[in-house]
Amino acid sequence: MRQTTFTIQGTRALAPEVWEMTLEGDTSGITSPGQFVNIALPGRFLRRPVSVCTWTADALTLLVRELGEGTRELVRFPVGTALDLLTGLGNGFSVSAIPDRGGILAGGGIGIAPLYGLARKLRRRGTPVTAALGFRTGAEAFYVEEFAALGCEVLVSTEDGSLGSKGFVTDLLSSRQEDTYVCCCGPLPMLKAVHALPHLTGGQFSLEARMGCGFGACMGCSLSTWEGPKRVCREGPVFAWEELLW
Amino acid sequence: MVDLGVVLAGVTLKNPVIPASGTFGYGREFGELYDLNCLGAFSWKGTTAQPRTGNPLPRIAETPCGMLNAIGLQNPGIDAVIARELPHIRRIFQGPVIANIGGATVEEYGENCRKLEDAEAVALYELNISCPNVHAGGRNFGSDPKSAAEVTAAVKKAVGKPVFVKLSPNVGDIGEIARVCEDAGADGLCLINTLLGMRIDLQTRRPVLANRTGGLSGPAVFPVALRMVWEVYEAVKIPIIGCGGVTTAEDAVEMMLAGAAAVEVGAANLRDPYACKTIVETLPAVCERLGVKRIRDLTGGAHR
Repeated sequence: MRQTTFTIQGTRALAPEVWEMTLEGDTSGITSPGQFVNIALPGRFLRRPVSVCTWTADALTLLVRELGEGTRELVRFPVGTALDLLTGLGNGFSVSAIPDRGGILAGGGIGIAPLYGLARKLRRRGTPVTAALGFRTGAEAFYVEEFAALGCEVLVSTEDGSLGSKGFVTDLLSSRQEDTYVCCCGPLPMLKAVHALPHLTGGQFSLEARMGCGFGACMGCSLSTWEGPKRVCREGPVFAWEELLW
Repeated sequence: MVDLGVVLAGVTLKNPVIPASGTFGYGREFGELYDLNCLGAFSWKGTTAQPRTGNPLPRIAETPCGMLNAIGLQNPGIDAVIARELPHIRRIFQGPVIANIGGATVEEYGENCRKLEDAEAVALYELNISCPNVHAGGRNFGSDPKSAAEVTAAVKKAVGKPVFVKLSPNVGDIGEIARVCEDAGADGLCLINTLLGMRIDLQTRRPVLANRTGGLSGPAVFPVALRMVWEVYEAVKIPIIGCGGVTTAEDAVEMMLAGAAAVEVGAANLRDPYACKTIVETLPAVCERLGVKRIRDLTGGAHR
């Protein structure tokens, strides 16, 4: 973990209440896709944990959904605003655990963010990637072209059928009968449904929780796993398929 | 040179800054960030006889100038702490450790503390009789003068190291509880634990915390904590560790002026992992500015 000052380079709207923010600063604390940063906001006591989408040596990209007043303010800060970040938090996706034959990256809504960074790593390694992306409506879809541009096979589902196939991400996955390795991030019901799919051979699941500190001190985000209590912020946010109890 | 040293019931601290229980784990996470030996002491995560998994999530909610927590005393149990955490603590911190101890029965407090009598790192005990989030985890002891006295007396009988009692603010007269703990033999007091509070989610119309209520901490509670330290200082002679919303070196000085001999820093560690280190580093300049040569002279300085 590092405490570093970042500067907002740009913020653009991707979909209603979903924004892409680029921040400039030292990213050397970040080691794997799926890790998160914890952002201090002026006048708000708790930091806001946000998954890292992608990063370079001196900039990182975050996809932020407006969840409450804090994130609503965050995405409206002007370019040049300095932000106090804790970076390199948690354990991200293990790229080496993903088989060379590839896997499915299953993302729901804002949960797509860390999967994009993971897809980039995997594609650079030459691993085939299928991105299964779920949204409520076509109007709320984002990053579909970005995944395609990486050379991923992209499958899209929307709840109202306005883009891709009608249904949920799990419907995209359950149509595949062959053994599947999945990396998953999205709302809890989606994570549970994907976790329960019968033809999974393994996978990694990124969880979300209300956090106090984000670095393992307060036990505010601790949950029970098959291997005892684990903290979403410290041992997670990415957990192996076999350790999750739900 | 400002003399930052303070004494708590015979235990010497090189400065009055102590990370508060529950915000610092057993020191591991912070030990990776800075040398903990800059601290006066540290109070470890409330520890019970058996391992506890704590409350369901969510356990955390934000509030204006603070936060609510309902962790529910999650801890690995006293035996695991002795086997795994104590040796590690000794490696990263050579100063006095405050063992924060929880319990469901009067006997459990005494037994937990007795197990630490031989632990050289543990300098004093802090009895958590005030956790608002566990129904059989101390809250009843803290809100009832008779049981607060019973717990204090039982632990005093069981151990030789100094015993501090951590008091709940969720009581009618904190001075009365303080007095009965002193009468029962407490060597010192720590106050305050968190204030009982809650938040409701407007969308779901349900409490944000799975436990429904939680303990309020952070700068929001500082004036309440300060007032209670003031009252308890008037009520007892034993030393007080002031705790509640301390965020800056100035807050620490203010808390000492109200009557604290030392200061615990809690929620501030969660927003700023370097909060305690920064307070330690800033204290000398703040004292110099105020013309303070020995920081322990500040204790109770506002009572005249």
